[in-house]
Amino acid sequence: MSHWIIAPVVLPAMMAPLIGYVMRHDIVLARVASAASTVALFIIALGLAVWAADGGTHVYRLGDWPAPFGIVLVLDRLSAMMVLLTATLALIVLWHSIATGWDAKGRHFHALYQFQLMGICGAFLTGDAFNLFVFFEVLLIASYGLMVHSGGKVRMQAGLQYVVMNLAGSTLFLFALGTMYATTGTLNMADLAVKVPQIAAEDSGMVRVAAVLLLIVFMIKAALFPVQFWLPGTYSNAPAPVAALFAIMTKVGAYAIIRLHTLAFHPGAEPTKDVVTTWLFPAAMVTLALGALGVLAAKRLMPLLSFSVIGSMGTMMLAVAPVDPYATETALYYLVHSTFSAAALFLLADLVVSRRGSDVLDARPPVVQNGLFAALFFAAAIAMAGMPPLSGFLGKLLILDALREPELMPWAWTGILVGSLVTIVGFARAGSMIFWKSTSVKLPEGTEPIQSDPPPAPARGTEVAPVMMLLALLVGLAVLAGPATGYMRAAANQLFEPSGYIDSVLAPVEKPEKAKADPPLDAADPHAEEEH
Amino acid sequence: MELLVASAIGVLTAGGVYLILRLRAFPVILGLSLLSYAVNIFLVSTGRLAINAPPILNKYADVSYTDPLPQALVLTAIVISFGMTAVLVMFTLGAYLEAGDDTIDMTATEEKDDAA
Repeated sequence: MSHWIIAPVVLPAMMAPLIGYVMRHDIVLARVASAASTVALFIIALGLAVWAADGGTHVYRLGDWPAPFGIVLVLDRLSAMMVLLTATLALIVLWHSIATGWDAKGRHFHALYQFQLMGICGAFLTGDAFNLFVFFEVLLIASYGLMVHSGGKVRMQAGLQYVVMNLAGSTLFLFALGTMYATTGTLNMADLAVKVPQIAAEDSGMVRVAAVLLLIVFMIKAALFPVQFWLPGTYSNAPAPVAALFAIMTKVGAYAIIRLHTLAFHPGAEPTKDVVTTWLFPAAMVTLALGALGVLAAKRLMPLLSFSVIGSMGTMMLAVAPVDPYATETALYYLVHSTFSAAALFLLADLVVSRRGSDVLDARPPVVQNGLFAALFFAAAIAMAGMPPLSGFLGKLLILDALREPELMPWAWTGILVGSLVTIVGFARAGSMIFWKSTSVKLPEGTEPIQSDPPPAPARGTEVAPVMMLLALLVGLAVLAGPATGYMRAAANQLFEPSGYIDSVLAPVEKPEKAKADPPLDAADPHAEEEH
Repeated sequence: MELLVASAIGVLTAGGVYLILRLRAFPVILGLSLLSYAVNIFLVSTGRLAINAPPILNKYADVSYTDPLPQALVLTAIVISFGMTAVLVMFTLGAYLEAGDDTIDMTATEEKDDAA
């Protein structure tokens, strides 16, 4: 049974080269294979989520090497939830890119897509900090390819910036891991959780340095101030389905912060206890403000959506910063919501912009199906800005409720409420400019309306379906907020009881005499020799 | 030796950071390469500096050994940074051929061109 834990990594890893080498000349075959693989991934993720809901921490040891010597994959409620979220989003985005023909505009879309899924799922499942770095690289290198899918001058330049930014980030990640290993002698997250509190006071400076470096690395991924500059250029120039998939990539950074700062640097660990609370909260506040102002200032639709993603990351990280179970629960709820709403906006923007010809926010003749797109945009913008009745409202309400600490409350409440208002204004302006004002555009006398040849076709049902599904998921998340937050409360409580995680990962090594499971015959050997 | 290694890492990192902050693609590639060299040396030194010590244990004699894990880490890091540098060169070439110049940042006029 425990072998299923590695399936979300192995399945895309097998399918990607197969699609890339064997099916590269046959787009239909590649589509079928990619879709089949993603459906299978979704089913596996669903199974893992049901399995993890029993509250246990399930460990998969690669090569059956005992932790901390071997690499472990760990499935608990949080990682199962994140893998399921990835698989759901991947399925919907894949549908969109096949239905709109994005995948045929360049080469190797499906192979890169599968590699991307492999990296994301791996990053969510791994229990080893260096392995986390490797999966980050896998997902990044696939994202570089997806980012410049179908090419073009501006996209190549934006892609180059994205690559340079992330390569510098990867180097920083390695420096952080090196510092961590030099001080603690381990990179296994559970083992770190044991070792970090034992660090002598005079050596604790090094651990703090490593923890802060890691925090910066994950802030780059999560696009938090002051390292958020890469995001607008990347998301607004990436192909829209890719930008929608990237909605989960910022969450990888958020996940890593949540995971490490409840486990390896948990609040009880003396050397690193106030790293997050000191730095993350102000960074998240500035990020939230920047996102809201960016939404207000954007002159084009895609940057506007990118800034709304930044704003939602700021809102979410406000709830991560206090590091307490209830705040984390609300952060997880908002994480799911903001992933789906960002993806819905990007997919919808793709449908509109591809027919409109440009994403500049000015008045130009309306596109076909203006009413339908306007309604969908209205719903998705409501979700993103956090107005009732969709899940964004509930998410923000929960976060406000969680941030009642007297020293946090004035900042957080002001930030979230004013930020939401500014975001609403920005979205209202964009929506009325694109969908409403366009209906009253007067062409100058004597000019014919410019008709592209052939005129853009109305969106078929299959093209609109992914956006509808994402909106349905947001409605579902709002209607079923009780059960959803119940699961997230359980996940947060599990995170804040790290002993279960640590015991499960380290059990056979730390307590060989207990032998709860069946320790492999040679499992104790490397350890014994080490002591020799 | 500690001083030599430490200052080598420091100089490589400083040079790398300086070159990354240039506007042209070629210095940036060089800068990232320098940074990856620096981090590779740094990773080797995280297992403490030891000379003439094998990275394996000896059952028969009580000889000193060096920590093998950083060596495994640095091999992984070298492979990844090598591959990434190749990808980066291809990207730069692609961007250069598309845009006609090798500047890293996107100017406002280019965004306007695209918008028009």
